[in-house]
Amino acid sequence: MAAIEVRDLRKTFKVQKNREGLKGAFLDLFKREYNEVAAVKDISFQIPEGEICGYIGENGAGKSTTIKMLTGILVPTSGHLKVGGFVPYAEREKFVQHIGVVFGQRSQLWWDIGVIESFELLRKVYRVPQADYKKRLDELVERLQLQDLLNRPVRKLSLGQRMRCELVAALLHNPSIVFLDEPTIGLDIVVKSEIRDFLKDMNRDHGTTILLTTHDLQDIEALCSRVIMLDDGRIIYDGGLEELKDRWGTGKEVLFQFGTATKLDQLRSWTGTLPVIWTAENDLNAKVWIPRDIGVSEVLGQVVGQADITDIKIIETNTDEIVRSIYQSGSADKPANSEAEVESKEGAVIHV
Amino acid sequence: MQSSMSNQWGAYLDFIRIRFLTMLAYRVNYYSGILIYSLNIGVYYFTWKAIYGDGGELGGFTASQMTTYLAVSWMARAFYFNNLDREISTDIRDGSIAIQFIRPYNYLIVKMMQGLGEGMFRFMMLMIPGMAIAMVLFPVKLPTELSAWAGFLVMLFFSFLINSQLNVITGLMSFFVENNEGFMRMKRVVVDLFSGLIIPISLFPAWLGGIMSFLPFQAITYLPGSVFTGRIQGASIWNVLGIQVIWFLILLIPMIGLYRASRKRLFVQGG
Repeated sequence: MAAIEVRDLRKTFKVQKNREGLKGAFLDLFKREYNEVAAVKDISFQIPEGEICGYIGENGAGKSTTIKMLTGILVPTSGHLKVGGFVPYAEREKFVQHIGVVFGQRSQLWWDIGVIESFELLRKVYRVPQADYKKRLDELVERLQLQDLLNRPVRKLSLGQRMRCELVAALLHNPSIVFLDEPTIGLDIVVKSEIRDFLKDMNRDHGTTILLTTHDLQDIEALCSRVIMLDDGRIIYDGGLEELKDRWGTGKEVLFQFGTATKLDQLRSWTGTLPVIWTAENDLNAKVWIPRDIGVSEVLGQVVGQADITDIKIIETNTDEIVRSIYQSGSADKPANSEAEVESKEGAVIHV
Repeated sequence: MQSSMSNQWGAYLDFIRIRFLTMLAYRVNYYSGILIYSLNIGVYYFTWKAIYGDGGELGGFTASQMTTYLAVSWMARAFYFNNLDREISTDIRDGSIAIQFIRPYNYLIVKMMQGLGEGMFRFMMLMIPGMAIAMVLFPVKLPTELSAWAGFLVMLFFSFLINSQLNVITGLMSFFVENNEGFMRMKRVVVDLFSGLIIPISLFPAWLGGIMSFLPFQAITYLPGSVFTGRIQGASIWNVLGIQVIWFLILLIPMIGLYRASRKRLFVQGG
């Protein structure tokens, strides 16, 4: 059974129109005009139980709006929605008992009381039996090393400490589906990787389904087997992370360092007919760009035996770059024009 | 089912306790509160004293009844007053209402419970010491029968409910208007004036007093105050309680209606 099922989901907001000038402002006082803005435009997807899925997109793409519909906060304008067997907005109070939510930008702990008191209150809110609560809390406190923080008021915690407490607060009732809206925002690298490890373990040990939005693609690389990419309220990519890299990675670059001066023309003649592009900063350093349909070893084989090489470095296009170029083009259906790019690159080199 | 119901209320009761403790943590704020309430009573006491001059009756109040009415009204306000309208409005405007909707409880009940925690804190830290000070400074005469006190406490609770319902309704208006500030200020002035806190309703012009008897505000201060000062006695006391209960029930309708409607209007700020 799918943990999350979404079909033709749509959310439109009414946004107030402000008419121009003094006359417009005066008219606005009496009769408001509204624009309909669609934040999420008829999206469909399914997430099976036990999957960690990354939900990414630029600011304003509709990620948070989707999460808020999936968690029962917002009522969709149209479409079908089922999460953990419930229709979130219709059976909100019963439904939220089964999910955990962390908003990186909002605290769900009570500001003025101690961390442990917040947890106690949540135990009562979620009606967790005392024995289960104790076991779960001990487990989480030990795993996230919160022993020393439990008696402090929330307002005295650092952001990293608070975020670890937020995770505990969202997980005390042992939810089977967890939504994380930018859980690592503003955190340092150590806390980030702690949280990633924790989420990974939780998914493995409890089979928890996780839907995660983030702007940090390292979160995605560390955690997600699947990515859904959103642009302007529509899904532009839904599939594996590797596949995305394959489809979008334009190729690899290899950096050479030579022991003796090696001319660019020399290098070009070695690789002969292969459609690779050489560039050089000076006689001792050169770079070759290899399109993705040619093996790196093929190129290396031509060079290694002939040149005096002191160092080789292979650089793969990283996810950041891939995603940036998809955002810029606004579509993930691209492979065809990657060839065109090669040509233009080649052209540039020839003219130089 | 029975046990899950009582568990649910366990959480709601905890919100009273925690709000009480939070207020206690900031109790220094309340020492100034006692002073301000005593000062208010003093200002109105001397004003009314000057108006009464050498005695007589105004709007059915003797000078001594007026003093007691003043003290009782202000002290009752210490209990029923809260900032639920502002809290709800802030939750809506900064988007933290989202957090409230991911929890398995009813937001409005939680808010009412928090208001009650605040009221209980003010009752103990402000109303009781404030009343003691007022009784030393001014000729306040409180009833001696136990039944009057019991009746007053029940009515005071309904004052709290009705005032909080009006606050919740005002707060929820934030879903529908862009800036709720003016509306909230107006509500505060209207409640203070029309509830009879500043001037007893029997002193209003007849036409205005007539309108007031069809509005919920009198049930907050004027009616319970009249009972406690002994102006309303005997069987009429039940009428007063009846009016409060009726207004409590009537106000549930717009409150729940607005809450339901707002679920569809909800538009969380900040993405």
